[in-house]
Parts: sequence; structure tokens; C-alpha cells
Amino acid sequence: MSPRPFKLRKISNPPIISGLKPYGNMKSEVEPGTVFLNIEEYEALRLCDYNMLNHHQASEKMDISRPTLTRIYARARQKIAEALVLGKQIIIEGGKIYFDSEWFSCKACGCYFNNPDKQEEIKECPLCKSNSFSNYEQTYIEPEGSMTRCSDICICPDCGFEQPHRFGCPCKEEICPKCLNNMVRKDTPHSRNL
Amino acid sequence: MKVAITSSGNSLDSKLDQRFGRCGFFIIYDTDTKGMEFIPNPNKDALEGAGPASVQLIASKGIKKVVSGEFGIKVKTLFDSLQIQLIVLKDSEKKISDIIEFLNK
Repeated sequence: MSPRPFKLRKISNPPIISGLKPYGNMKSEVEPGTVFLNIEEYEALRLCDYNMLNHHQASEKMDISRPTLTRIYARARQKIAEALVLGKQIIIEGGKIYFDSEWFSCKACGCYFNNPDKQEEIKECPLCKSNSFSNYEQTYIEPEGSMTRCSDICICPDCGFEQPHRFGCPCKEEICPKCLNNMVRKDTPHSRNL
Repeated sequence: MKVAITSSGNSLDSKLDQRFGRCGFFIIYDTDTKGMEFIPNPNKDALEGAGPASVQLIASKGIKKVVSGEFGIKVKTLFDSLQIQLIVLKDSEKKISDIIEFLNK
């Protein structure tokens, strides 16, 4: 049996530099060497630490599973720590990735189109020239009763009030403003039982 | 600017082909000169690699936009690196003449 095909990681923005060099090495005369950071590791670091997304949201952006993203992220931090401690230079290259441009959907003619040139902003639909288009994100519809994912929404189990989940605040510590109950995460098996 | 449209037949009344790599004909329309060119797709019955081969054909004509029903994963990345805009019209019963009318607006 052949192994499971490797899932390509989606990269939205390639890095603007191809590496970083240390300066002012006090100790040794010889260059300490190089750390090779993959582009997918750079992207994980960018999403998690620069854009402040949680691993769940970042994994959706890169079109991979949450555990895979956490693994890539851990590897990225390990490499950067190694570069900092040993004074190595960082080169960003490689990785099994693909680039995806931004997609839009037009309400007037029902078409989808992308923006291949990131510098230029799109002002009208390229087909029907109307400006009633919106950003289109491929939404994956999870089958009913799935255990793997939950949404980023806190819900009150009594009155059904919903609010967006705040990063770093457990849902059970959030208080519903209507009935002063503790809230739970929406679409988890726990919240379905309530 | 040149626009490529995938077509199932070689007339203006034929419908938009829902596949890119294995479509029947490519119609190359120039929005400035209103000129039109019909090219039968040489990769129609290719066993594999029809998409990338069609991208090469499109790129050699200096096209800036492509209208089709669907683009495969290999094709999307190629067009991205060539900076060619993709326009996807799903489950559309539109004729080639309708699309050209849209582009002329």
C-alpha cells in the first residue's frame, strides 16, 4: 500500500526577504553555519505570531490540520532559537507548498475571479464591470456530528445568545449578558448535549 | 487586452466549456481590436498533462485573462506565477457571444 499523499501547504504571502544575517560575532572567527527555515515554517510563524491567530485559525488558512500546523510551528521556533543562540544565519527556502492568490466572487454575474497581481487592487468585476463583488473564501462544510472541529463562537446554552470567541478567554468564563449564565463553545459535542 | 474563453464548439452560439485543459476550443478575443481567433485544443484527448500544456499555449499568445468553468490545482499555480487572471463561471449556460458581450461593456 502506498503511503498517504503529502498535503501541500497553502502560502498566501511569500516572505519579502530570503534570509537574515547575524552581526557582531564576539566569540569565534569562523562562521557558525546556517539554519534553513522552510517557507511553510515561515508562514506558520507569520500567522501565529505576527497575525496573532490561534493554531486552529492558522491551520485553516494554510489548508492543513491543526496538529500539522502545531508541528510546523514548533519546528519553526526551534530553528529560530537555534539561530539566535548559536549566532547562525537564517535562510528561508524550500518546503512543499503552493501559492494561492486572493479570490473574489461577483454578485451581479455569479462568477469567481482571482487577483494575480497583489500590488494592484481590484476595483470592478473583470467580466461584467460591476463593483458588487466580495472576498470569496472557500468554506468547507463540515458534516453533521463531526468531532474534529468546532466554530470560533461562544454560545449561551440557555438562551442561545452567540458572540465571537475571544482568543485566550475560555468560553466557560464568559458570562451571557442576557441570562448571566456561563457560556460554552458552539458546535462541540458538549454544547450539543446541552 | 487579450482574453481566452474555453468553448465546447467552434461557433459563437456554442457554450462555455466547463473544463479548462480538455476543452474543445480556445477562443482568443482581443478587447481592443475586437478580433477573434478560434484554436482547436490540441490537448483535448491527452491522457495526462492537458492542463499545463494548455497553459503553455495560452501563455504563448500573450493572454491576460482566462474565462472557464473550472481550473485544476496544477493550472492555478501556473497561472499565478504567470500573472494571468482567472475567471470562473460555474454551472453557466452562457454562450460565447454572451460572454463577449459582457467583456465589451
